[in-house]
Amino acid sequence: MNLRRLLAMAYKEALQIWRDPRSLAIALIMPLMQMGLLGYGVSLDIKHVPLCVYDQENSQLSRAIDSRFQAAGWFSITHVLHSQADLRNAMNAGQCIAAVVIPVDFSRHLASTGTASIQAIFDATDVNTTNIAQGYLQGVIAQTNAQIQAQWRAAHGVQPTLIGQVNLQPSTWFNETLDSRNFIIPGVVAVILALVGAQLTSLTVSREWERGTMEQLISTPVTALEVMLGKLLPYFVVGMVDAVVCLGLAVYWFGVPMRGNLVTLFAATALFSMVILGIGYLISVRIRSQLGASQIALLVTMLPTTLLSGYTFPIDQMPAPIQALTLIVYPRYYVTILRGIFLKGSGIADLWQPLLGLLIFAVVIVYLAARAFHKRLD
Amino acid sequence: MNPAQDPAVVAQGLTKRFGHFVAVDHLDLSIARGEVMGFIGPNGAGKSTTIRMFCGLVTPSAGRATVAGFDVGSQSQAVREHIGYMSQKFSLYGDLTVAENLRFFGGIYRVPQQEMAERVAFALSMAGLEGRENALVATLAGGWKQRLALGCAILHRPPVLFLDEPTSGVEPEARRKFWDLIHQLAAGGVTILVSTHYMDEAEYCNRIALIDRGKLMAVGSPGELRTRELGGELVEVACAPLGAARTALLTAPGVVEAAIFGDKLHVVLGQGGLTSETLPDFLQTHGVQTGQIRDVVPSLEDVFVRIVSRAQDARSAA
Repeated sequence: MNLRRLLAMAYKEALQIWRDPRSLAIALIMPLMQMGLLGYGVSLDIKHVPLCVYDQENSQLSRAIDSRFQAAGWFSITHVLHSQADLRNAMNAGQCIAAVVIPVDFSRHLASTGTASIQAIFDATDVNTTNIAQGYLQGVIAQTNAQIQAQWRAAHGVQPTLIGQVNLQPSTWFNETLDSRNFIIPGVVAVILALVGAQLTSLTVSREWERGTMEQLISTPVTALEVMLGKLLPYFVVGMVDAVVCLGLAVYWFGVPMRGNLVTLFAATALFSMVILGIGYLISVRIRSQLGASQIALLVTMLPTTLLSGYTFPIDQMPAPIQALTLIVYPRYYVTILRGIFLKGSGIADLWQPLLGLLIFAVVIVYLAARAFHKRLD
Repeated sequence: MNPAQDPAVVAQGLTKRFGHFVAVDHLDLSIARGEVMGFIGPNGAGKSTTIRMFCGLVTPSAGRATVAGFDVGSQSQAVREHIGYMSQKFSLYGDLTVAENLRFFGGIYRVPQQEMAERVAFALSMAGLEGRENALVATLAGGWKQRLALGCAILHRPPVLFLDEPTSGVEPEARRKFWDLIHQLAAGGVTILVSTHYMDEAEYCNRIALIDRGKLMAVGSPGELRTRELGGELVEVACAPLGAARTALLTAPGVVEAAIFGDKLHVVLGQGGLTSETLPDFLQTHGVQTGQIRDVVPSLEDVFVRIVSRAQDARSAA
């Protein structure tokens, strides 16, 4: 290995990135676009669920309940209905995905028996949203119950007693505001690195074949290892700069809490970049057309990163065979590390397993990449 | 390095097969130091494959070759340090400037830093690109590109140069300039193997190797090839109809070859048969009117046509 040749190679590659509008766009604009899209667009929270209210009673109490739904912030009352037919129409037209029906004898029933029912109807075509909306509705009802009980006791001169009553006090850790953005955004960094790194490097060798420059290059004394390291060095720098920008945006723009060690974070990022660049390079060596290389790169980096890394879909919730499969899905290690460092402030002691996983991948992939390229035409 | 009198390039039984197709068939060749060897043959004859084997880019199926004293199979890294190569397809970086391409190859060949500026300047002046250092290579015309490619290939002062059809697609004026450069380099002691399909360029070489269907057909200086390979005296015969005349002559005594050449016939007359004087009468008996007959100094093209057709005859006889 000769440093002079390696640097000549790296400088040439950097010039080519600089002069190629497509590479520049992928390197510089894509991360910002992705960060914006995924940071703003992907949210697992539900806010302002469109809600219809059919208040058959229209009493003081029922109106108080209506306004409570509105005030909770999770729902927007889009329509106030006046008949069962209205309700069906509103549901069919998609004007609301949840409806609440307060029966005509609601207050009277509550006063005479101490209990009363409210009907809740859901458009369950989107099961996920329905479940969450149902949870929110129950929350609102629970608050209402508590208030009614307190009022009732006050009115009847009975002291509120806590005996025999269990109060659940939920306490959420690591993501106190239960904001799914805090969960998503650290993973976005992995997606961006996977996308940018593999897309750029997958073209680096195939471009030389397509333009006919490869034959000249391999007639020189430059070694296969120098070609690989020289080509990957500029992309590694681009990847790390992109990572700094994305992590900075995550913390300072999206306000994701950053509780862990930056050195561990960047060590993991460097390892992940090496895996991604190595895969991009391997593809580039094997696939001699730029188009094919780019598409395969998308398939083997983006798909596992978005679907199987735990970035959007929790690995714990996957069927056992798929969970086993994620062990070879290298982005899962990086996503685990990112979330651990960001949200939990985990250190190396907690993260040694995913770090080791990433390290093993980096070593194996770089080794395979170094052996893949031969300075031969046949 | 081996002693100076050893040939710069040696091939012994050099063979390359791609599946059942034999691209290069037991080629034996020796190129002396400082020699300009022309590599001539039709497309697909095996010229490029042979050059690529010399450069270590293609692994020989059989036989061996040494370049600058190094074995192309086992010492390909050392071979690469001692050669310059221009591939058939233009292969510099179009998105880099002239100077950036030169510095890149200078770095790859580890040209000493203190000599870099001087050698880049030399390559620029050789290519006639002074003042255009910052032009993107993609914007250059063909002749300049070729000379720049040559400049990149000689930055590290290799003792052996392989040029694969360096002048194809280049206008005649630029081709002539390119050959001047080749002779300058050869005068400086560089050994050059240059392939071409332009017959006129063959005349510029010290020696010529003719290759056809992977086989080496003839080697020698242009003068040697003319006298040795033609096997007789070449005359140009104006006559009509050409086809009938050719058919008749091919069976006539003493006629070695008769080939249509433009609107005339080129006829090689061997010993003890037809002569320039008896030829019109012979053709008359076959109903052919003969015009002017004149002696021609055979072009190399005549020689090659002769060699190739003799090989064809041998094949069809076998």
